[in-house]
Amino acid sequence: MQDTAAAGARAELAHLYRRAGFGARPDELDAAVTAGYEATVGQLLHPSGPDAGATATPPPGLGAAAGRPPKGAGKEQKRAYAKARRTQANTLVTWWLDRMVRADEPFGEKLTLLWHDHWATSIQKVKSAGLMLRQNQTLRAHGTGDFRMLARAMVQDPALLLWLDGPKNKRTLPNENLSRELMELFVLGIGHYTEDDVREAARALTGWRVDRVTGAAALRPAGHDDKPKTVLGRTADFDDQSLVDLLVAQPASAAFVATRLWHRLVSPADPSPDVLARLLSAYGPGQDVRALVRAMLLDASFRSPAVRHALVKQPIEYVVGTLRALRLGAAPEAIDALHGMGQVPFAPPNVGGWPAGSAWLTASTAQARLRFAEWAAGRADLAAVTAAVPAARIDGVARLLSVDSWTPRTRTALAAASTDPQRLVTLALVAPEYVVS
Amino acid sequence: MDTVTRRRFLVASGVVGAGALVAGATSRSWLDLIAAGLRDPRAADAKILVLLTMYGGNDGLGTVVPYADPAYRTARPHLAYSENEVLRLGDDLGLNPAMKGLHALWGDKKLAIIRGVGYPKPDHSHFRSMDIWQSGSPDAPVHTGWLGRWLDALPHDPLRAVSLGPVLPPLLAGSRGAGSTIPLKAGPIGRLTLPDGALRSGLSALARPAPGEPAMQAAAAVANADLFTVAGRMGSAVNGGAGAADPKRAQGELAAQLDIVARCITSGAPTRVYAVSLGGFDTHADEKDTQSRLLGEVDAAVSAFLAAVGRHPAGASVVLAAYSEFGRRVGANASDGTDHGTAGVMFVAGSPVRGGFYGEQPSLSRLDQGDLHVSTDFRSVYGELLHKVLDTEPGRVLAGSAADRPLGFL
Repeated sequence: MQDTAAAGARAELAHLYRRAGFGARPDELDAAVTAGYEATVGQLLHPSGPDAGATATPPPGLGAAAGRPPKGAGKEQKRAYAKARRTQANTLVTWWLDRMVRADEPFGEKLTLLWHDHWATSIQKVKSAGLMLRQNQTLRAHGTGDFRMLARAMVQDPALLLWLDGPKNKRTLPNENLSRELMELFVLGIGHYTEDDVREAARALTGWRVDRVTGAAALRPAGHDDKPKTVLGRTADFDDQSLVDLLVAQPASAAFVATRLWHRLVSPADPSPDVLARLLSAYGPGQDVRALVRAMLLDASFRSPAVRHALVKQPIEYVVGTLRALRLGAAPEAIDALHGMGQVPFAPPNVGGWPAGSAWLTASTAQARLRFAEWAAGRADLAAVTAAVPAARIDGVARLLSVDSWTPRTRTALAAASTDPQRLVTLALVAPEYVVS
Repeated sequence: MDTVTRRRFLVASGVVGAGALVAGATSRSWLDLIAAGLRDPRAADAKILVLLTMYGGNDGLGTVVPYADPAYRTARPHLAYSENEVLRLGDDLGLNPAMKGLHALWGDKKLAIIRGVGYPKPDHSHFRSMDIWQSGSPDAPVHTGWLGRWLDALPHDPLRAVSLGPVLPPLLAGSRGAGSTIPLKAGPIGRLTLPDGALRSGLSALARPAPGEPAMQAAAAVANADLFTVAGRMGSAVNGGAGAADPKRAQGELAAQLDIVARCITSGAPTRVYAVSLGGFDTHADEKDTQSRLLGEVDAAVSAFLAAVGRHPAGASVVLAAYSEFGRRVGANASDGTDHGTAGVMFVAGSPVRGGFYGEQPSLSRLDQGDLHVSTDFRSVYGELLHKVLDTEPGRVLAGSAADRPLGFL
């Protein structure tokens, strides 16, 4: 009976680590079991002491320059710029992947990844690794605090402005791209504004320029429309910051932000009204993101077995979690795997971010997972598995990967591979029990 | 927004085909059904639909240009094409100068151009509008794709509908079954191959849902099974000839997708629906160059594809249809682009097609808040494709009477 209770506590903590991080290593889980659930939530959200892994992976120096060849550049020069841009982009992706793998405290990285998905911006159009890194740092700086401050910073973020045609939005003829996505995807959600609101809010966002050499965003007063605008029934001379304040203060905004994070951290099904009410009360008038996440992780609905394994590990989560569990670094093969599965950091498919759930469960992602699993199992030190007698290795690999338990199907498949640790771990990494979150 | 690809819509529309897959997957005959699919080649008279999604909102007025209408030039002076730039179609309309291949098809009467296509009460959001097009349901949000519902009406076969690229578009997600995906990239990741020996048998043991496991976990087992089916049946077509030297092969992402589709079709694959896509049509700025480049890519890829299947008997069965989630605003914005609009243009091409114009050209002087009026409901087009290409009663898949009003292009 006590064994069952201990296994239950361990499984609950493994679930917590999968959702609030990238999965636990066995030693992390051992420590968490000793500390208890609530203390572990506290430790994840408020890490104490310096993060040696993060310190060892400082951001690369990419400079501010936006990487455009000068006007009138020849073909050769343009090609050289394009090549340098690709190298920088690769440096950036490798850095973040390495940081996610090596950070001692995973929650900050996980939340930054969620915000990157939320404020989804792609280097494909921004064409500057330096500006994408700057955005990543803005997401880190404001991601755990007041959502209003995050939104205020993001509407002036050079990468986001370039991505959503902010610099093309002028007093004389507004461009609605940023205005629409700010309401639909970032702050309010569809259905909580009208087409007129989009047009009027676009006027509030006019006049911003991004200097392609310094990478700085600045307001050019001549391009800004400073006449009164009427947005959501309020008329004022809104600018970008007061517009954000107005949007964030709408009751729809809190529910939208909370539900969005819920879908990625807890369940694809919406929170029930009473759960949502608890989350909103934690988020509060200060739009406190950390308090919101804390309320989610401590809520009985999060700890319920009903939401366990209800999500699918996104490819980045899958790759980072595997590298962390097997103590491997961010190798080029890991980045190839992300390309093969269709999720590369800094290159979301569009402003709506990445899909979730069964979108990652297709023949082609299954194949990319298998390739990556073969590589990772071939690279890792599997002594912890090999040390056990073959019959004990099936449970050993469950412990290594923090999988609660194997179904009889998987147990049978793994048993046939128990004399070959490398094949055993490869199969465990593509087992349905490990692919879900 | 830059490229709006298929992936976003899975989230926006809440299409989650997995629980569903499981219902079919747990049936006793699951592996038997797969085996049946492998044994049965496509019947010789069964037609094939290739559906091209142009993500981002392709500007219809820059595609089929009303060059003779003075209101056109007035609304977008820097974007307008002149009479001697366009490829003349008749009716004072001309194709974008980049579409020479489709213009030749038009001359051969194998290209249908459907004008003013949309749906009632147009939505200006990419996501909502693409969701409407992919679900085939303008009136109420539904969580299945229109071709997913077609799949639902048939026994599960992962080869029946196939999407090119890693992520399944919602249009192929049903409530019981869903289409498959096949990878695109050349090289070790993109090759569709299974491991050998013990690893292969280990994987096959993981390719079957376990009783009582959570829905997503079961769906992960089904994905492993689909890999076996798809690699087994399509592997040689996908891998074979990748990078093979055909100097005339069109370049680009769409061309690569259609190249694989052509090889699957000519190798006798049982697949009835292929989904391909191209993104980047969201031309809020500098539209003329961008759109012309993209339409040129579409033109080259589609022409090369139809020529490739045309050299094979299966070519007589292939119908390609192209659509986008909306057209764009009539008036240009200050960035030499256009913002999100309403009615757009659809193309239907191929040997079984009766070429010509269908649907009324929307008026440029009678606008709805700066947008074109929709003259043709897209469900009329879908209904005809379901009936004439997929041999399915439209009412089984689409709600509303528009689906029962064929335009006559097939």
